[in-house]
Amino acid sequence: MFKIKGWSLIRFYTILVYIWMFAPIAVVILLSFNPQQFGTFPMEGFSFKWYGDLFHNTTIIMAFKNSMILGSLTAILTTAIGIPAAMAFIRYEFPGKNTLNTLLLAPIMIPEVVLGVSLLLFLRWLQQPKSFLLLLIGHCVLTLPYVLLVVQARLVGIKRSYEEASLTLGAGPFQTFREVTLPLLTPAVMAGMLFSFSISFDDVTATLFWATAQSQTVPVKIFAMLRNNISPEINALGAVMIVLTVSIPLLAGYLARRFSRRLE
Amino acid sequence: MTQEKSWKPWALLSPALTAVFFFLVVPTLFVIVYSFWLRAPTGQDIPAFQFSNYAKFFADMFYPGLLIRTIRVALEAVALSLIMGYIPAYFFSQTKSKHKNMLIILILLPFWVSFIIRAMSWINILGDTGLINYVLLKLHIIANPISMLYNEGSVLMGLVQFLLPFMILNIYVSLEGIDKNLVPAAKSLGCTEWQAFKEVTLPLSLPGVSAGSLLVFVLAAGTYLPPMILGGPQNAMMANMVFKRVIGTLDWPFGSAISVILLVLIGLIVYAYNRYLGISQIFKSLS
Repeated sequence: MFKIKGWSLIRFYTILVYIWMFAPIAVVILLSFNPQQFGTFPMEGFSFKWYGDLFHNTTIIMAFKNSMILGSLTAILTTAIGIPAAMAFIRYEFPGKNTLNTLLLAPIMIPEVVLGVSLLLFLRWLQQPKSFLLLLIGHCVLTLPYVLLVVQARLVGIKRSYEEASLTLGAGPFQTFREVTLPLLTPAVMAGMLFSFSISFDDVTATLFWATAQSQTVPVKIFAMLRNNISPEINALGAVMIVLTVSIPLLAGYLARRFSRRLE
Repeated sequence: MTQEKSWKPWALLSPALTAVFFFLVVPTLFVIVYSFWLRAPTGQDIPAFQFSNYAKFFADMFYPGLLIRTIRVALEAVALSLIMGYIPAYFFSQTKSKHKNMLIILILLPFWVSFIIRAMSWINILGDTGLINYVLLKLHIIANPISMLYNEGSVLMGLVQFLLPFMILNIYVSLEGIDKNLVPAAKSLGCTEWQAFKEVTLPLSLPGVSAGSLLVFVLAAGTYLPPMILGGPQNAMMANMVFKRVIGTLDWPFGSAISVILLVLIGLIVYAYNRYLGISQIFKSLS
């Protein structure tokens, strides 16, 4: 009797935590349909007015384009340098391995403001102006540890014997990587790319240091808009961002499952 | 053969190492070097080796107060995420629901949603015309809106919103790793449900609790956004001051010194954690 009561309390508590986690998201989506001038309660009516305004706001469209390009390039670049590094850590023994692994994972622990200042300081010393390239490099440093973690975790699960079998059957190391390791690694590559895309897409703090007026991203734009006041347009923009950032991993998961089913 | 093999990992590592060396290690060294430089009244930075930036930080209570607040808020964030995170993690590890995986994904889903939007939305909930005040006013529980925004509490709401999944995940992983026979064994020896939890499950989940706490502390100590969006000027933390000095007043040497102090704080915590874990590891092997 006591046990059942305790368990239902635990369940109730968990539900409360869920509500707490999702309340801000639900409220943004709800208020984005409020036609009122101020984006707050009470809800009076229902309209797509602010979404319409959003699509006519050229600076936001620009920021959106910037964010998409930056996120995609970051995802590609980070995965391209992250996968070989993960291979080295999982498949080989060499001196200083643990230290180097810690070094490559360090950006998780370093506050973003420090990363922001340091890269900017370096640029200043080189006497270069801020540019899109700076943003891209910075975002790669920011997202590399996450890609590394995801790919390493997956690589541990791939048996060495598959690769050895391929090698004994006469394939070269590169051919083995391309035809055995890489296909097995595809889910990890996808996950790594998604992770780095979404971290890059969401980043505010470091991007505030690095962005120029021309290379503003959506979150930085939202941050600037928040300084004035919270307008209903921000809620609409937030709702679009929510749908986009949540649907990408869900879609990728769905596609991956369909893809693997077809292979079987 | 071994000769050929020994260069291979280095070849694979070289792109990542080069990137991290040039764009992380070297720039961080720059910050340290810069923190000893002088700033001329004209705004120029003069190479030097002196401690005036650090002396300035500790000259009066203003900046150390910022440091203390940063540590306090980070500790509060750890406490809150523990209180809010342990029970859901326990629920996930014990539930027999067939939707278990979906439930876990669901709690991690907000992780994918842009943090600035989740932080901003607390204004919609806590603000004078926000959800809570609106409901309370409608129900005639209060006559005037309660002011809940722009204080340490609202900063913590935003902060924990961001950090809670890290804590839940860490605790869940260590709870999942506990041998499922231990609790029934304890109960067969006469333990009550609560005793079994207190004597078996809780101690065995501590590695996850401490790993989660470390991560939450470190991430909270370096936080910039929640105090900016949900706090007032009196809630500024170390990261906010770094930004203000570097981007606001262009005082690079002083901004660098604040960055270094923040780095040292985090470094000390990580170091202490490592030491502590080493000790607990010895305890584990003894018992």
